[in-house]
Amino acid sequence: MVAKQEADAAVTDQRIKKIMRKLSLAVIGMYVGILSAFAQSPADSSLYKNKKLKVSEINFVTGYYHQDGNRSPVTGGIGTEKLSDIATTLEIKLNKYDGRNRKREISFELGVDHYTSASSDNIDPHTISSASYADTRIYPTLSYGIINEQKGTAINFIGSYSSEFDYQSVGAGIGFTKTSKDKNRDFSVKLQAYLDNLKVILPVELRTGTQGRGDQNYSTAGRNSYSTSFTFSQVINTKLQLALLADMVYQSGYLSTPFHRIYFADGSETNEKLPSSRLKIPLGLRLNYFLGDKFIFRTYYRYYHGDWGLNANTFNIEVPVKITPFISISPFYRFYSQNGVKYFAPYKGHSAAEEFYTTDDDLSKFNSNFEGAGIRIVPPGGLFGSKNFNSLELRYGHYNRNDGLHSDIITLALKFK
Amino acid sequence: MKRFVNVLKLFFLVAGSACMLHACTAPKAYQKIYLNDAEMELAPKKIEKFEMNSQGYREGASGANGGKTGGGCGCN
Repeated sequence: MVAKQEADAAVTDQRIKKIMRKLSLAVIGMYVGILSAFAQSPADSSLYKNKKLKVSEINFVTGYYHQDGNRSPVTGGIGTEKLSDIATTLEIKLNKYDGRNRKREISFELGVDHYTSASSDNIDPHTISSASYADTRIYPTLSYGIINEQKGTAINFIGSYSSEFDYQSVGAGIGFTKTSKDKNRDFSVKLQAYLDNLKVILPVELRTGTQGRGDQNYSTAGRNSYSTSFTFSQVINTKLQLALLADMVYQSGYLSTPFHRIYFADGSETNEKLPSSRLKIPLGLRLNYFLGDKFIFRTYYRYYHGDWGLNANTFNIEVPVKITPFISISPFYRFYSQNGVKYFAPYKGHSAAEEFYTTDDDLSKFNSNFEGAGIRIVPPGGLFGSKNFNSLELRYGHYNRNDGLHSDIITLALKFK
Repeated sequence: MKRFVNVLKLFFLVAGSACMLHACTAPKAYQKIYLNDAEMELAPKKIEKFEMNSQGYREGASGANGGKTGGGCGCN
């Protein structure tokens, strides 16, 4: 009797074990099924690369700038510096992936500036409103980049053109970037050259013969700029990163502004004369820190050294505050200080015996302060019901120089994705 | 010139230190939520373009900010 009971118990145990085994297999099967179902979509999306050229981003930036002061070099270091400028740029970025999964990026930007300048009007003050009173500058830029995300390399080619009444410029550049495997560090180098051509527009009283009588009669001069830029950026921790920037710029050719008047101490008059070459070496440091969840500290320092004797320090801080995850307000402050170039003297401060002379206060010794604030709105579903309308930014700044020059600038930036 | 050399030395000291920092902490991709914020970008914002342009005209120094370094306009 006992033996029969033991045999029944053994059979029951075996049945339970079988059921448990089947259940376990079913559970494991379901788990694997669910896992594979979830694993399927990211694997597919990560492999998918768009092979067709598509618009990735459109940026529209427009701004209004107004300045006033009383030390215009057009009138020898005295006189109005009133100037207004409306500037607009439209940038369209397109990209696609090629057969080797490299990203090809094309960017086209068109900029238009229109300014009115009371001081430029004084090049020829006898006219009621001369051609120099207002001008429009048009500047298209085209860049083409090949980005290899697997290797962490990028190469970029840039071509640019700028044209206004008295100034034309053709620019070309090439850039190379190498990013580390963990994407915490990158190094980039950029070479650029600008070949400029300017009309030598003299103050009206210094013109001779038929010079300046009609657009065709101005002589022209060349100004070339060559620059090398190095950028090294490093992530320090999850909230702090820095970038080191170093440029070396060499300019040669006609570096003076021909319509800047010089009144010598003896009362005689000529126009500005500066050396035909210039070397500029700016070194910069950017340090960005995210404090808590709401505050970002964007800081920038630059030291500048130039062979015309100009040394300058720039310090900038901006603190974007995230009011919500999609809206931030960014107060900013910038301090700038420079000593003057060795060729500067104020109105009637130069002697005719000097080799070089300028009364351009932009090259004199001064300090400036620039402060203001911006607002940035980036709603997750897009702006005004359009999911492509990615962000809107508005920014205002007031600039004040201790030599009396002051200006205001307001800028609007819209991004579409 | 001495001052420039001193700044240059300091610059390379910071650069050297930054190069060695990668050995300390290297955040993984999923730890970069703050670093990837648009406001944390190590470059001037697009909206600063015209401010930088006017400063290029009104000041003797320019460059080392990822933008134009001279030429292409009648600026200093």
